[in-house]
Amino acid sequence: MPYIPHTPEELHEMLSVVGVRSLDELFSDIPSSMRPQSFDLPKGQSEAAVCGYFEELAAKNCPGHVSFLGAGFYNHDIPKAVDALSGRSEFYTAYTPYQAECSQGTLQAIFEFQTAVSRLMEMDCGNASVYDGGTAIFEAAMMAVRATRRSVLVVDEAVNPIWRGMLAAYTSSLDLEIKIVAQHNGCSDMDALMASVDNTCAAVIVQNPNFFGAVADYTTLFAKARSQKAFGVISVYPVMQSVLKTPGEMGADVAVAEGQSLGMNLSFGGPYLGLMTCRKEHIRQFPGRIVGRTSDVDGKTGYVLTLQAREQHIRRAKATSNICSNQALCALRSLIHMSLLGPEGLARVAENNMALARYAVERLTAIKGVELLNNTPFGSEVALRLPKSAAEVVKAMTPKGIVPGYPLGKHYPGMENVLLLSCTEANNRTQIDKLAEIMGGLL
Amino acid sequence: MKTIFAKSVSGRTAYCLNSDAPKASAMLPADLLRKNAPRLPECSELEVVRHFTQLSQLNYSVDANFYPLGSCTMKYNPKFTEYVASLPGFTRLHPMMAQLEGGADCTQGALQCLHEAENLLCELTGMKAFTFQPMAGANGEFTGVKLIAAYHAAKGRNRKKMLIPDAAHGTNPASAALAGFETINIESRDGMVDPEAIVAAIAEHGEDVAGLMMTCPNTLGLMEVHLPRIVAELRKVDALLYYDGANMNAIMGKMRMGDVGFDVVHLNVHKTLATPHGGGGPGAGPVGVTDRLMPFMPAPRVAKHPDGRFYLDYNLPQSIGPIGPFYGSFGVVIKALAYMLRLGGEGLTRASEYAVLNANYLKKKLENVLEIPFKDRFCAHEFVASAPEGLRALDIAKALLQRGIHAPTIYFPLIVHECLMAEPTETEDKETLDTYVEALQEIILTGKANPQSLQELPTNLPVRRLDETAAARQMVLTEDMG
Repeated sequence: MPYIPHTPEELHEMLSVVGVRSLDELFSDIPSSMRPQSFDLPKGQSEAAVCGYFEELAAKNCPGHVSFLGAGFYNHDIPKAVDALSGRSEFYTAYTPYQAECSQGTLQAIFEFQTAVSRLMEMDCGNASVYDGGTAIFEAAMMAVRATRRSVLVVDEAVNPIWRGMLAAYTSSLDLEIKIVAQHNGCSDMDALMASVDNTCAAVIVQNPNFFGAVADYTTLFAKARSQKAFGVISVYPVMQSVLKTPGEMGADVAVAEGQSLGMNLSFGGPYLGLMTCRKEHIRQFPGRIVGRTSDVDGKTGYVLTLQAREQHIRRAKATSNICSNQALCALRSLIHMSLLGPEGLARVAENNMALARYAVERLTAIKGVELLNNTPFGSEVALRLPKSAAEVVKAMTPKGIVPGYPLGKHYPGMENVLLLSCTEANNRTQIDKLAEIMGGLL
Repeated sequence: MKTIFAKSVSGRTAYCLNSDAPKASAMLPADLLRKNAPRLPECSELEVVRHFTQLSQLNYSVDANFYPLGSCTMKYNPKFTEYVASLPGFTRLHPMMAQLEGGADCTQGALQCLHEAENLLCELTGMKAFTFQPMAGANGEFTGVKLIAAYHAAKGRNRKKMLIPDAAHGTNPASAALAGFETINIESRDGMVDPEAIVAAIAEHGEDVAGLMMTCPNTLGLMEVHLPRIVAELRKVDALLYYDGANMNAIMGKMRMGDVGFDVVHLNVHKTLATPHGGGGPGAGPVGVTDRLMPFMPAPRVAKHPDGRFYLDYNLPQSIGPIGPFYGSFGVVIKALAYMLRLGGEGLTRASEYAVLNANYLKKKLENVLEIPFKDRFCAHEFVASAPEGLRALDIAKALLQRGIHAPTIYFPLIVHECLMAEPTETEDKETLDTYVEALQEIILTGKANPQSLQELPTNLPVRRLDETAAARQMVLTEDMG
C-alpha cells in the first residue's frame, strides 16, 4: 500500500478503538444513494512504471529545438544551485507560514524577496507574490479601482495580449470599462495615451519593454496620471529591468511583472510567478500576503505575516483580493536566482541578450524583404516584418529544428507578416547564423 | 539571522555569464537606462548556499515534522513526482509552441498529460470536463463562480446572490465578491448546512440566487447529510451547486460530486493529490463541470483527433475567457497525474479510508482531553475541538511547536470557540498519532495547573512569540523601510 504505514495489526487495533468493524463503516453518513455511480480509474502502477511512462511522454515533445520564442516567457539559464536550494524539503513540504516561530525560513525568504523585487523596480514595497504576470496586472487594476473609486482602465494595446485577455475576463462581471489605446507599428501611442488619461480614469496600464520589445519612458504619462489622481501601472521584464529606467524613476504607482525569467523553467506554461510592488501610500489596497519584520518577546528580530486585516480569512467578502496563497516556492527560486546573479550578473544577461538581438537583426535584415517593424529602441526582443506570412515561415522552419519566433497576426490584425524574435543566453551567434541561413532559403 | 542583503559585499558575484557584449549604454539611449544598478545581493555561491540552507533549517515541514493542519491536508509528498516534473522534455517546453501552426507536433507528450489528467479527474469526481487554467484553489473558486454567472447570463438573467455557509473558507466569499456577486451568509445547524436556511434564503431572494458554495465534508469535519434535500431546493430555482475541493481527501471512491448533484468543482491538488505545498505555493486549482457548464469553460481545451493526435481547441464562443496565461500550473498538474497513476482507483480510495480512520482514531483518543463538539458522529479526515476551559488554542498550538509537532489549524472555523482543527492524513502511522495524543495530554495537564507556563512557549525555536501588532504598525516590509 503506497505511502500508508498501517500494519494489519495496527489497522485492527485502531478500528476497535474507534468502535467499527470495517473502514467503510466510517463512511456510514454517506448513504448508498450518494455513493459513486462509477469509479473506473486504472489500476495503480509501480513507481518505475510511472516514471517510464512520463519519460516517454517527455520525449514526445521537442526540447532540443533551437528557439527564438519569447513573447513574455523566456528560456533563461538557471544556475543549478537554484534547484538544489529551492528543492530542500524544509522549504518544499512546508505550509503557509501561519505559525511564525517554526516558519522563520519561509518568512525571512519572503521578506528578502519583497526587498529584492522592490529594489529591482525601485518601488517602496512588494508583496509575497501572486500567481503570474496576468493576475498581477488585474490585481494592480483593482487596487486603482478601489482607491480612486473610478471605473475606467486605460490599457496600452502593446501590453501582452494574453494578460489583456485575462484582465478582460477577470473584470467582465464588474462595472468597469477597459479603453484600449491602439499601438502604432509596435510602439505605444504616447499622445493617445496622454489624451485618454482624464479624471474618470482609475489607472493607465503600460508595459516596458512592450510586447513588441520596444523600450520607452513613461515618466510624462505617469505625471499626467498623477495630475488626474489616476494610477500609473507598469509591467516590466525583470531581466531587462536590471538595465532599464525603473518604474520608481518613472513615477509609477504600481509596478508588476511576470517573474518566470528569474529562475523559473518554462514548463509549458507554469507554475509562474506574479511580481507586485507599489508605493507605500497604497499599501492598504495591496492584495495578497505580506511579510513584515518585528521582534519577539526577547527583542530578537523575526518575521510574521502582516497587515492581515486586508485578507479574506478576516475580511471575507470585503477583502482586497481572494488570493490567499502565494507562489512561495517560485518566489524563493527567484530570490535565490537574483542572489546568485547579483546586479552585475543580471545586467550581463540583459546586455548579452540585447547584443544577440542586434546581431539577429543585422543578419536577418540582410535577407531581401526582411525589415525592422519600427526604428524604436529595443531590448532583447524585436519585431521584424517579413515578405510573407510569419505563421507560414514558423510552420516551415519548425520541422527543421528551429523556431524563429512568434507570429503576431493572431493578436494584431494586419501584422500577419510580423515575427517577434527573442534572444536569451540560451541562444548564440551560431544559432542566429543558422536561423538566417534557413530563413533566407525560405523567403 | 542576517539577511542576504546584510551579507552582501560589493564586487562579489556567484554566477556571471561569459559574454563579450557591450554595456547597455552602448546599445540604448541614456534616458532609457536606470541610473543606479539594482542593490541586489553580491555574494559568492557558497554564501548563497549557506544562507538558504540555514534558512531552510528554521522551518517545520512534512518531511521533518508531524503537520496535522486541519483544512489543509499536509500529507507526505512522494519524491518520484519531482523527477517526473523535472524531465527536460517538460521543463524546457515553451507554452506557445502548442499554439504555433505545426507546433502541436512538438507538444504531443505535454498535451497527452493534460488530456489524461482531465480524464482521471473526471472519473474521480463524476464531472464531465476539467480545465487546468486556475492556478490555485481560490483561483479555481473564482473560475467556478464565473462559470455559474455565465450560465445564468446565457439564460438571459442577471443573478446577483451567492449563498455561502458560515463555516466556509474565507476565500469563498472573497471569490464570489470578486466575480461580482453579493454573498448571503447561511447559518449552520447541528454543524451542517441547514436546508431550512437555504429554503428561507431562496424565499427571500427568490430568483436572484445564483448558487451555493459548499465544502463537503464541511470544515467541521462532518459529512453534509442533508445534501440531497439541498440539491433539490436549489434545482427548484435553477440555482447551481459549487463544490469547494479542500476536503476531497476524505471521500475519494466514496462519493463523487457529479453523482450527488454538484454542478462545478474545484480541487486543490496540493491537498488531495499530494503535490507539495511549497510554503504557500505554487498550487493548482483545476475546475470540473457537468454538461451544462461546458460551453463556458476557459479556452483552450485539449482535444483529441480521431487519429489519436492531441490539439488545442479554441472554439468556445461562450467561454468566460482566459483565467490563466496558458494551461495552468502544468508542472504541478503532472505531479498530481503521476500520483493518481501510481495509486490507481483502489489506492486513492484507500488513501481516503486511512485518512478518515486516522482522524477518527485521534478524535476518540482525545475525547477526554479536549472538548469535542459532535463527538457522537464520525468525523471525516479532520475534526474540530475546543481548548478546555481556561486555556487558549493559541497557547496549546505554541506548546505543540515546542515539542517538534506542527500545530493544528487554530481559530478556524470561526463558529467554534477556541477552535483547534486537526487533520492527521493517511500517511501518518499510529505511533505518531499516539505521540500527539500524549503531547496534548501533557500540555493540557500543565496548562491547567499553570496557564502562565504555556504563554512562555515556545522557548526552543529560532524566535519566541513575535509582536504582530508592532509588525503591522511599524510596517517594515523591506530591508529599506523603517
